[in-house]
Amino acid sequence: MSSDEDQGTIRTPISQRPEWADIEPVPQHDGPNPVVAIAYTDEFVETMDYFRAIYLGNELSTRALHLTAEAIKLNPGNYTIWQFRRQILEALGTELHEELDFVEQIAAASSKNYQIWHHRRWVADKLGPEAVAKEFEFTKKCFDQDAKHYHAWCHRQWVLQAFGGWENELNYCQRLIEDDIFNNSAWNQRFFVITRSPLLGGLEAMRTSEVSYTINSIKAHPENESPWRYLRGLYKNDLQSLATDPLVASICLEVLNTKSNLVHALNMLLDLVSHGLQASEGLRNVVDSLVLDSAPSDLDMARKISLVLELVDPMRANYWRWRRSTVTAQTAPFQNVEGITGLTL
Amino acid sequence: MGELVVEKHTKYIVTVEKSKDSFESVVMEHLRLNGAYWGLTTLDIMGKLDVVDQDEVVSWIMQCQHESGGFGGNIGHDPHLLYTLSAIQVLGLFNKTDVLDIDKVANYIAGLQNADGSFNGDIWGEVDTRFSYIAICSLALLRRLDKINVEKAVEYIVSCKNVDGGFGCTPGAESHAGQIFCCVGALAITGSLDRVDKDLLGWWLCERQLKSGGLNGRPEKLADVCYSWWVLSSLIMIDRVHWIDKDKLIKFILDCQDKEKGGISDRPDDAVDVFHTYFGVAGLSLLEYPGLKPVDPAYALPVDVVNRIFFSK
Ligand SMILES: [Zn+2]
Repeated sequence: MSSDEDQGTIRTPISQRPEWADIEPVPQHDGPNPVVAIAYTDEFVETMDYFRAIYLGNELSTRALHLTAEAIKLNPGNYTIWQFRRQILEALGTELHEELDFVEQIAAASSKNYQIWHHRRWVADKLGPEAVAKEFEFTKKCFDQDAKHYHAWCHRQWVLQAFGGWENELNYCQRLIEDDIFNNSAWNQRFFVITRSPLLGGLEAMRTSEVSYTINSIKAHPENESPWRYLRGLYKNDLQSLATDPLVASICLEVLNTKSNLVHALNMLLDLVSHGLQASEGLRNVVDSLVLDSAPSDLDMARKISLVLELVDPMRANYWRWRRSTVTAQTAPFQNVEGITGLTL
Repeated sequence: MGELVVEKHTKYIVTVEKSKDSFESVVMEHLRLNGAYWGLTTLDIMGKLDVVDQDEVVSWIMQCQHESGGFGGNIGHDPHLLYTLSAIQVLGLFNKTDVLDIDKVANYIAGLQNADGSFNGDIWGEVDTRFSYIAICSLALLRRLDKINVEKAVEYIVSCKNVDGGFGCTPGAESHAGQIFCCVGALAITGSLDRVDKDLLGWWLCERQLKSGGLNGRPEKLADVCYSWWVLSSLIMIDRVHWIDKDKLIKFILDCQDKEKGGISDRPDDAVDVFHTYFGVAGLSLLEYPGLKPVDPAYALPVDVVNRIFFSK
């Protein structure tokens, strides 16, 4: 790219550049000329005035391309400039590998705007599968700064689905989860990979190994909501099987026995019990030890659990109270059956 | 906990709207129509819409419209769905939607639907569930939902649902409160809320409340006033708002006010902006804070405006 796109060079005002002498800048429509106090604003206003001129003249030229680069650097959120840049790139048939470098340069300063990602995808789409390695590298750089970068994750998912590159993705998720086990984005990507990778055989094929991986993660940080949700996700549409997996009940017991970070474990146990788990003596004992002495002693397991949850998570007390009410409704038919059986005996 | 400083916020918004030559407004120039929506809706919720010159705003908005029927973010900017919805909403606030060539605008929006039911934001083809919401909300306000394939639009949104009950920007993308608002809002408007796992999603949403009382948009992120809107409105639409601690949230929002100069920030002691001022005030309205007009959680407009649009001839 031309020298005036390099950072660090002293800027010549556009009005003093010979190649722009034929262009009459177009000031912004709706305001008086700003009384500019700082040089940066001077530069900004001048660049935008020249941009308006080439945009209105629909000038799809090399100098216009360079001007869009200057304008985007000053205002990367301005979508009109990006769109015009794409028009120019198309018209000139410009080699697009360099365009990836340009996007990277802009993203280094601010990667949290939609325009950068939209443009990046447009370029990558035109380059096709040869872009995969570079796109992985680019998103990785973003994750080094912010491992939950929403745009970067969406972009990475798009690359995987459009061009492949699944081979190392599960390992990559693993690495990010090791870096920060609370990174919900990495957990989401893990789920994306095990359910969508053409190489892994799908959710059912992955379930056993994933359950054990997840349970180990819960052991490390039982207060982390991500692996608990992930565990439920592994039994998507089949909570009955979740309730009969002995590993799940035992991780609940293990966490509850520590008497701290109870919310997620209790919530899971509540789900298990509501879906048919016959709680072991160990589980019953630990729940009993958590219930206030003032609670009625003849409560069923599910209602005891929700009472404890109301206590340990007061901010969501209404939610847990509601859970208690639905649990009662769910178990009621069984109690009725027992009652009727008792009568006929 | 202090009160909502209505007069100060009014003054702040009017100043921002008028200061076209401030540095901030130069940088924001391309999304001024969004800014107008945030500022003017906030004023209306606070009962202060009469401080602005309606005719001036309406004539400016109409200059942002293109041949295609879509609106740009300001005069001289390319058309995009994002600004087209803002234009319709602001005209709705002023009861001026009749200045529009309704079918022209509706055709522009309908033309952005893809075969799979999703929507592009503009002719450049970016797909996102935000655009599904914007298209559906806009067309509903124009009473032209029949111009699109609603069934396919709903199917696409449902394909973005995750196992935690939330929604992302595209199928498989992480659940995010902003995207959840868009998806739940679009499903509410199209009468498809039965496609939401309300209990599961409601739990995910109420888990967003942190000890400070504020809400975050994803697990392990900071609380931010804008999520008061996205999380709250979603909870209301699925009828689960009583699952959070409303008083603590009200306190959190009020603590984000600049009590001297007006405006609301993302979290206490940060710099204020119009975007968060809108989300703070709209959030308080959803929390039934006294003195504010009620806001419709799906259309993101005052309820009386929505009623006027749907129940007028
Ligand atoms: Zn925010």
